[in-house]
Amino acid sequence: MSTPDHTPGAKSPPILSLHDVWVEYGDKIVLEKVELDFEAGSFVSIVGPSGAGKSSLLRVILGQEVPTRGRILLDGEPLAPECGPDRGVVFQRYSVFPHLTALGNVVFGLECVKAPLLARLFGSARKAAEAQAADMLAAVGLGDALHLYPAQMSGGMQQRLAIAQALIKRPRILLLDEPFGALDPGIRADMHALITQLWRDYALTIIMVTHDIREAFGLGTRVLALDKRRHDPHAPHRFGATAVYDLALRKAAPGAVDEPAAQPANIAQRASA
Amino acid sequence: MRWVNRQVRRSDAVLLGAVPIVLLLLVYLFLAVSRHAANPFDKILPLPQGMVTGMVPLLFQPDQLSGQYVFWADTLASLERLGLGLAIATATSLVVGLVLGVLPPVRATIGPLVTGIAVIPPIALLPILFIALGLGETAKVALIVIGITPVMVRDIAAYVGSLPREQIVKAQTLGAGSWQIMLRVALPQALPRLIHALRLALGPAWVFLISAEAIASDIGLGYRIFLVRRYLSMDVIIPYVAWIALLAIVMDVALAQLSKRAFPWAHGASH
Repeated sequence: MSTPDHTPGAKSPPILSLHDVWVEYGDKIVLEKVELDFEAGSFVSIVGPSGAGKSSLLRVILGQEVPTRGRILLDGEPLAPECGPDRGVVFQRYSVFPHLTALGNVVFGLECVKAPLLARLFGSARKAAEAQAADMLAAVGLGDALHLYPAQMSGGMQQRLAIAQALIKRPRILLLDEPFGALDPGIRADMHALITQLWRDYALTIIMVTHDIREAFGLGTRVLALDKRRHDPHAPHRFGATAVYDLALRKAAPGAVDEPAAQPANIAQRASA
Repeated sequence: MRWVNRQVRRSDAVLLGAVPIVLLLLVYLFLAVSRHAANPFDKILPLPQGMVTGMVPLLFQPDQLSGQYVFWADTLASLERLGLGLAIATATSLVVGLVLGVLPPVRATIGPLVTGIAVIPPIALLPILFIALGLGETAKVALIVIGITPVMVRDIAAYVGSLPREQIVKAQTLGAGSWQIMLRVALPQALPRLIHALRLALGPAWVFLISAEAIASDIGLGYRIFLVRRYLSMDVIIPYVAWIALLAIVMDVALAQLSKRAFPWAHGASH
């Protein structure tokens, strides 16, 4: 069920593919027969009504949940059944560590891989990691907030921090679970500009779950709508959701500078905000 | 204005808080004076000067038998037992609570045991402790440890277990393993909670200390209170109880301050 793709890399194998994925809780079926391929460099929005399994799908891709049936391949390799640094994530809330400053939150990702025993770096290694983290924070617009704790930040700043934290690991795929759902509209527009910018600058592959249809079409190169194909009024839980619409939008690949056609005009232009 | 909306200014709060304490002191004084009017040798409700006369030898004169200043020796002995018990209990509950909260297999293995120990009334174990460990310091410290550790362990474990799942997932996507999550995500966030649990455990810890000292000891605040009780020496008992209360308050305030200083991120946005 691969989608026709307009990006230059359309011939390359998909970065992530789901084959016949089912998610069941007891006799309740949440996802059924999900067949999806994700191209490298795409920005996929997932929409759908509440309870249609959007977040379940994201958790399965993230490795937080193991599908009842089916195979998931990342770069052609079967996915390990737990979370790992190849898939970054930003949740709607609780994505950052409250006990670390902005800098500490971002450095943490570098410390984990380099210091397996103490998960802390010292001396010149620490200086280098902090410099790298500070650059990342500057890229998301938190250059002046390095030493603030999350509790001292606004919701938008916390989400910027969560994005910086995820990107420092250079994940193969960035997963966003309603990342801007709790932000007010003005801040949300700023965040749209930021994520579009980062998607291009870092050539990211992004999968975003959202409630907001405008956001889904505005940001994505491809929109997936999850819903149930079949409905049994006597046992509504016995049929799961799957991708009922799979729309590829005409839009420039990351790195391209021309204005994408399907994108609402206001979003990319607010990149300076 | 509704009472739920009435805010009290800080200066007024100090005043209001002092009122019941002063009233209670006045009631005591009134009762003591009226008893002494009827019987100048009354021992049940001593007057302040009676307490002073009772306490001065304990405070400032060495005991003829042991050569010690009794009040200070008692205080030192009790604080040693209490401090040792609290330290062991705190360290144990941090380590056990952390692994219980973070690692599901450990929780499944020793969770029931901890729950089982927690429901045993510690005082019921006191005879076992005295038989097994003798009548020395070990048994008293052990009673404090056994008395407060299970509650603290369960509190820390529950708190760590209730850290948002998102944080644990996020840490893994940043490359952290179980050990690193425990060390860098769970441990720092458990510390303010540990201090909170310790503050709540101070009360029970004093109870177990005084109980152990009352039953088998030759020195200590609890021992002294139960010793002089035989002579109806309320002039010593009441100052000792007030002293215990003061020590407990100082400890509580010190811990609260420590938590605010050391973990500003855990105490709201204004830091």
